[in-house]
Amino acid sequence: MTIVVAKDVRKAFGGHEVLKCISFSVEPGERVVILGRSGSGKSTLLRCLNGLERISGGALTVAGVDLAKPSPDLRALRRNVGIVFQSFNLFPHLTVEKNVTLALLKVLKRPADEATRVAADVLAQVGLADKLHAYPSQLSGGQQQRVAIARSLALAPSLMLFDEITSALDPELIGEVVGVLERLARTNMTMVIVTHQLGFARSIASRIVFMHQGAIVEDGPSAEIMNTPRTPELKSFLSAVLT
Amino acid sequence: MRPLNLSDFLYLLNGFKWTVGLSLAALVAGGTLAAVLVALRLFRSRALDTVLYGYVSLFQGTPLLGQLLFFYFGLSILGFDINPFLAATIALSLYTAAFLSEIWRGAVDSVQHHQWEASESLGLGRMATLVYVVLPQAMRSATPPTVGFLVQLIKDSSLASVLGFVELTRAAQLINNSTFRSFTVFATIALLYFALCYPLALLSQRLERRLSH
Repeated sequence: MTIVVAKDVRKAFGGHEVLKCISFSVEPGERVVILGRSGSGKSTLLRCLNGLERISGGALTVAGVDLAKPSPDLRALRRNVGIVFQSFNLFPHLTVEKNVTLALLKVLKRPADEATRVAADVLAQVGLADKLHAYPSQLSGGQQQRVAIARSLALAPSLMLFDEITSALDPELIGEVVGVLERLARTNMTMVIVTHQLGFARSIASRIVFMHQGAIVEDGPSAEIMNTPRTPELKSFLSAVLT
Repeated sequence: MRPLNLSDFLYLLNGFKWTVGLSLAALVAGGTLAAVLVALRLFRSRALDTVLYGYVSLFQGTPLLGQLLFFYFGLSILGFDINPFLAATIALSLYTAAFLSEIWRGAVDSVQHHQWEASESLGLGRMATLVYVVLPQAMRSATPPTVGFLVQLIKDSSLASVLGFVELTRAAQLINNSTFRSFTVFATIALLYFALCYPLALLSQRLERRLSH
């Protein structure tokens, strides 16, 4: 089943149109990287995919949930779609373990011992099995971001969204977060990743979508997009980022 | 002038009891009202916001002494049979609710919007997000100013003496009128107020230090 189906999606803030006629789809197991300059609408598109922003027009179905309806079933959506933010957004008053188990206990109503087991498991996956009882403020940025990834993974989503997850990190910490994503890619997780870091995009993407001024300008297999850009917008973006 | 005797001190202690009682009543009633006001403001209704803003501005912008006199004499002119304790409790509670609701609303607002987003995108509803994510963080930042306000409230309850309500200050005035031992009497009630407020001030300082880490 196709996980994301977007047809002529539009999004406007006041009179300002941020997304113009976006059409694309994501199949299970794909790793789609959305590239584009700041202000191209890529983060807004991602936020529309998990209902943090309501679309202004068009049709959008994510994990079987119709997001064009007046009151979409966000609960069902968020059971299946995880998101990781640029600024981590861990809960500072809870330990790493409690950050991960909160939704398991309160949303999925899992028993406490099972939630604890899941937390230990996903934290081991991101290499933080020893930080269960630490508070977010005691961790580095890279570690916090890995906890945020684990927190999403704990709910076993069928689609993971990543919004500029390496942009707030010091350069030497980016590697550990990208490493976690690369391992996740090998598990066949479906991912949509917004970034403007080409190296990261190249290492993880199976497909690249390039956005410019609220529209999708190019969409194709990763190597093809990187090596043979067709539009002047993508050419200038690639050369600007590479130099 | 006559010497102070044991019954004078017992009389002061009785006044002390009413100071504590009045402060507690205002804290419980005012705190409950403040919690309701904060909950109402979370619904973000424009009309309601204006009404609540007017209420808070009125009680923060007028002297507490005036509010006490209004609720005692004003309400009895309107035909309500109201005793000094009730009038003082109503005035102090409304005054407390105005301040505490502002302190608490500020604390809820100070929790980053990102926290709401992160929680809701994990599937928690608005209510669950409030209870498990936002309020625990808001309570940490609200505790020191809340305790600070409580200290102020205890001292301000002395204003109820103008209504003839025999709390600690009024009790001292009465004893002084019959004994003229002003220094001893007023020094004694100063110590009693201090014994009540200083531990709270210490507590507030400790909380502030602990929360700043």
